[in-house]
Amino acid sequence: MLKLVSRFAWTMFAAALAASSAFAAYPDRPITLIVPWGAGGGTDATARIIGSLLEKELGQPVNVVNRTGGSGVVGHSAIAQGAPDGYTLGLITVEIGMMHWQGLTELTGASYTPLGLVNADPAGVQVRADAPYKNLGDLLAAIKANPGKFKASGTGQGGIWHLAIAGMLKDLKIDPASVPWVPSNGAAPGLQDMVAGGVEIVPCSLPEARSLIDAGKVKSLAIMDAHPSGLYPDVPTLKQAAGSDWTMAAWRGMVAPKGIPNDVRNHLATAIKKVYDSKAYKDFMSSRGYGVIYLPPEEFAKFMAKSSNDLGATMKAVGIVK
Amino acid sequence: MADIATAFGMVFQPYTLSVILLSAAFGLLVGAIPGLTATMATALLVPVTFFMPPVPAIAAIVTATAMAIFSGDIPGALMRIPGTPASAAYTDESYAMTRKGQAETVLGADLAFSVIGGLFGTVVLVLSAPQLAEIALKFSSFEYFWLVLLGLSSAVMITVGDPLKGVVSLLLGLLISAIGLDNPAAYPRFTFGSIELLGSVGLIPMMIGMFAISEILRFAVEPQAKAQIFKKQIGNVFRGLWGLFRRYRLQALRGSVLGTVVGALPGAGADIAAWMAYAVSKKLSREPEKFGTGHVEGIVEAGAANNSALAGAWIPALVFGIPGDSITAIVIGVLYIKGMNPGPMIFINHPENIYAVFIVFFLANLLMIPFGWVAIKAAKRILHIPRNILMPIILLFCVVGSFAINNTVFAVSVILVFGLAGYFMEENGYPVAPAILGVILGSMLEENFISSMIKSDGRLLAFFERPIAAGLGILTLLIWFWPLASRGLRTVSRTRT
Repeated sequence: MLKLVSRFAWTMFAAALAASSAFAAYPDRPITLIVPWGAGGGTDATARIIGSLLEKELGQPVNVVNRTGGSGVVGHSAIAQGAPDGYTLGLITVEIGMMHWQGLTELTGASYTPLGLVNADPAGVQVRADAPYKNLGDLLAAIKANPGKFKASGTGQGGIWHLAIAGMLKDLKIDPASVPWVPSNGAAPGLQDMVAGGVEIVPCSLPEARSLIDAGKVKSLAIMDAHPSGLYPDVPTLKQAAGSDWTMAAWRGMVAPKGIPNDVRNHLATAIKKVYDSKAYKDFMSSRGYGVIYLPPEEFAKFMAKSSNDLGATMKAVGIVK
Repeated sequence: MADIATAFGMVFQPYTLSVILLSAAFGLLVGAIPGLTATMATALLVPVTFFMPPVPAIAAIVTATAMAIFSGDIPGALMRIPGTPASAAYTDESYAMTRKGQAETVLGADLAFSVIGGLFGTVVLVLSAPQLAEIALKFSSFEYFWLVLLGLSSAVMITVGDPLKGVVSLLLGLLISAIGLDNPAAYPRFTFGSIELLGSVGLIPMMIGMFAISEILRFAVEPQAKAQIFKKQIGNVFRGLWGLFRRYRLQALRGSVLGTVVGALPGAGADIAAWMAYAVSKKLSREPEKFGTGHVEGIVEAGAANNSALAGAWIPALVFGIPGDSITAIVIGVLYIKGMNPGPMIFINHPENIYAVFIVFFLANLLMIPFGWVAIKAAKRILHIPRNILMPIILLFCVVGSFAINNTVFAVSVILVFGLAGYFMEENGYPVAPAILGVILGSMLEENFISSMIKSDGRLLAFFERPIAAGLGILTLLIWFWPLASRGLRTVSRTRT
């Protein structure tokens, strides 16, 4: 709290200073980093490590603020509406390419100044450890034999893991509706429900399922990525397990509001690249089991546009958007 | 044995001990400031713990949260502002005691029974974490549905006066919980195109508004009537505690057991534990008519429950990496960063670290006695401040606190709107506490009902098909229909004679 108060006071003080010296070198006052998801989740943890490393890189305090609610709409809007001066940054997530298809917001990846992609975690296919299927083929055969019997969970209706499994089924020429989705408040409640016998499949990322896999309660049958995961190299890719090229990952990237000055953007992009390359960041991400991947601003923009199109096509195919 | 000795060595060294002392002070401060919760204390500590060894990092979080849950009781008792949602269940009762001149008794009881609850939960965590975690993992949406209904029933049980008005207030809370996008179908409801409302109104600003702002309004309307209330206070915080303990040891034990169990269930934490414990206390009390008038019995039980829930929440978190509440959700991340990966193996791979965490749990709860005593001593001075000076300061704290939650002005308007609503409700005999409970449980009720219906393809009977769900369901229905059934039986036996 004291820290909060002192940072607040410091911000006010610095804001007063900045008004008098608008042409001082960037950055000359504390920076706010907005996270659209709650404290304690993976996005929050990633933002906090980036924040503390960016602080050293830029020589100014970086204040991480959680703007939660509305399935991410509230926080993503807050980032886009920030002043384009380089003092408001945000860590946006894959949902930015989904929400606009549902008519929840006008925002897309193009509503921001991209600074760099910093992480991606592919979806997996998890079942209870004592489930009778040895591999993905067994599970798919069981789904085909009993459409509607197997339920999946792990995020909200139309959330990223919902689209991951729906898209996978569609790609394998199985009706996506044959695995009904049970909305949950994230991967942890979904996994718990699966262990309790409530649902059969949780297509969340491997790091999210890690503690229950290690505890011998859950097993992973496949990963929806072109390469095996560093965390569990023995889990086959979807291509190996079922011959499908379908991939899906939740990603996170650093952005600023649209229209920040070019020199400020370059300064930030360089700093974020340095943070990404640092040992502290890599160690942190690997200790949590999170995947690391980097794309510079221009490629990150293209990546977001492609991600949005792929997600939109899947959402139409499974009937989430008409 | 060698591991235990190593663990003691890890805890009782200057660095770890100073981290514990600093986090204790930090936790007390955060808990006592309305709007800042124990969860927020944890989130603020996370960046600091990045640079600490595992044991002090975990110690900082354990100590700060235990202190915060206790100190949340202080502003509740003295100013009718629950410092954390876990204190909301008995805020009115504590405030009534302060008005009767018993501020020390209620704060002393809060402190002593927080310590007892915390120690009880820790003992359970140490002795039977793996077994209890297995049971907690058996809870699916069917079981949670009944649990939430039991929780909602407690709103009616704790209402003083007309139960119907309690139900109306509860329904209002349920309606408010429907606002926003965070519902099973992810469909925006009652948002009127506002982006802020997509994220719902938020429990904490609503709570601050309904309790604190409404009290400030009441003072503003009748400044004289309130001026003379806080008169004689008995002085010593610890006086009479032994008597309380002997009289209410059953209640303290019941509250601790309930708190630990509810805490161990993923998705139900200290706040729900406190509500249920308070309701159980009233239901089973020999003098239920005294509840709501400044009676310490329910505070004993609920105060023990919310602190024992804190330790209970660590059970599934340590054993399976499934968070028992919002605090342990953050803790799990810290455990991974520190290489103490949660799972059954944690007890085998890192026995010395786990023993050290257990020692910290005991230490934090015992430290609560001196720290709490100082905090109460300092906070008590609030009662000597003239009310016409104190009330504007409280208003200022409410505004700053609600702004700090999300750094938005929206939360400030929420506290003002709900302050007005709370004032008019209470002036007309509608209690505000059930509305708060409705907001806490509303979305859980809907989510668990909808998920269960999807899983069972719409068969309502599925709510009775799993053994634990069937037991909870029958219990709920019995509690609901018992008054009706017993009246029916009486009529039948009367007509026969």
